[in-house]
Amino acid sequence: MDAPGTAGNPLRVAVVGAGPSGFYAAEALLKSGQNVSVDMIERLPAPYGLVRYGVAPDHPKLKEAILVYAVIARLPHFNLLSNVAVGRDVTVEELRAHYHGVIFACGAETDRHLGVPGEDLPGSHTATEFVAWYNSHPDYRERSFDLSAEVVAIVGQGNVAADVCRILAKSVDELKATDIAEHALDALAASRVRDIHVIGRRGAAQAKFTNKELKELGELASCDAVVDPQDMELNAESVAELEVKSNFVSTKNVEIFRVFATRAPTGKPRRIVFHFLKSPVAITGATRMEQVVLVRNRLEGAPFQQVARETGETDLLQCGLLFRSIGYSGVPIPGVPFDARRGVFPTQDGRIVDGDSAVVSGLYATGWIKRGPSGIIGTNRADSIATVKSLLADFPRLAPAAKDGAEALEPLLAARGVRVVSLADWLKIDAAEVARGQPKGKPREKFTRVAEMLQCLDGP
Amino acid sequence: MTTIVTDNCKGCRFTDCVTVCPVACFHADDNMLYIDNLVCIQCSACIPICPVHAIYADDDIPEDKRHYIEINAERSQALPVISDKQDPLPGAEERKTALGY
Repeated sequence: MDAPGTAGNPLRVAVVGAGPSGFYAAEALLKSGQNVSVDMIERLPAPYGLVRYGVAPDHPKLKEAILVYAVIARLPHFNLLSNVAVGRDVTVEELRAHYHGVIFACGAETDRHLGVPGEDLPGSHTATEFVAWYNSHPDYRERSFDLSAEVVAIVGQGNVAADVCRILAKSVDELKATDIAEHALDALAASRVRDIHVIGRRGAAQAKFTNKELKELGELASCDAVVDPQDMELNAESVAELEVKSNFVSTKNVEIFRVFATRAPTGKPRRIVFHFLKSPVAITGATRMEQVVLVRNRLEGAPFQQVARETGETDLLQCGLLFRSIGYSGVPIPGVPFDARRGVFPTQDGRIVDGDSAVVSGLYATGWIKRGPSGIIGTNRADSIATVKSLLADFPRLAPAAKDGAEALEPLLAARGVRVVSLADWLKIDAAEVARGQPKGKPREKFTRVAEMLQCLDGP
Repeated sequence: MTTIVTDNCKGCRFTDCVTVCPVACFHADDNMLYIDNLVCIQCSACIPICPVHAIYADDDIPEDKRHYIEINAERSQALPVISDKQDPLPGAEERKTALGY
């Protein structure tokens, strides 16, 4: 038997998930100089994960990362098997039987909970639901959000919160030439949202926005950004944090908040109001949410280790809609160890390990399912390169027998009635979406249902 | 929109930036790196990761470093892409300390 990775026994790797981390893993494998073939398995018919379904439609430049992935998808020995869910259509055991290695790059698909009473009242949502809904994600097509609410609360101060903020704050005219979902545009056209409260549990110096995203919130055509000048009186530890030169992102954020704090409202129809040192402790309402109870926090601890501690003092915020954006959690897949506390697949150097830190041979992880929801698109590139390095180092120890990869998997899926969407199929769906967008002046009008995408290939 | 590498990179070249660039838009010579803004998608992942804050975007570019916009545009076209992390230049740590980072 030839060693894996030689011409007679190519290393066959399945990459589960067609988002950024999956594509960077595929690229690292295919450019490794070894004899590798990559089958990328994606749950939805459409690839590109959070770049397609997460990145905000009014940030089209960021979506150009897709152009890089489209090039990777055309590399020799790359094969896309979309519309195939691991755990439903094929088991992890089966993947292990047909591949030398399996890299999970399936992201963090659910939001973390606030863990407060009333969290599940109608009107209280996760930011993920809203983001996926306005981005045409098929799983979220039927969601509805009560945009007749005049006051909205967003819990969390990171870039997803900023995205939700902008989509709520912008006029339909500002969004209609993007690839935002038609159903979202229609709903937003009837929006009565006036005030958007963005709530952070720590102070202005600890907000997680990138400078660019924060600044953008102060430059919206029909929305003022409001900061209470009192919130800019920082504690000594926060001041010390800002004096550290390498903390320049936070320093710049505070500068931007200070500018917002000095501005007089200009009377734009909408306002974004930043709140600091507050945490929701309860969401209340009779049949749907009517208000959120916010407890005031103080910071405790040394610089860069400051945590929010409740003071017991509370404020009430009347609002009809709330989005929480406080982090994400991965979803377990049968046959793969799962760290429920962190919401990730436990790993060491990208190798999936079982509870007692024993490496599970042949299973790897990268991206958010490996390290948790941190960083932005490009962060996944470094992460995937590291995981692939571990996999390639394991080469000699991986099962030496030849594996048959997609040659075995495709008949198996066909026998189960799974309509595998290939790269060629996807390109047809892609072209149809672009054509649908053209008359509306949109870069594309995404299909919002899996059936619509498959119809585009196979007819009604 | 523009994101550029400026003179703090000279003599350091830590290259952390290239590992997080989603589109491989960094180019390098022996001294420093340059961004090709025709390729860059302005994601700003590279800005916070630079250990010496050599990278700036848009209106954050200090007045006295604005000439690097043109330098990045020109040099990035003339030089090869660098998409893998490399060893920093000799003396990089000392220079980082001297720059106050």
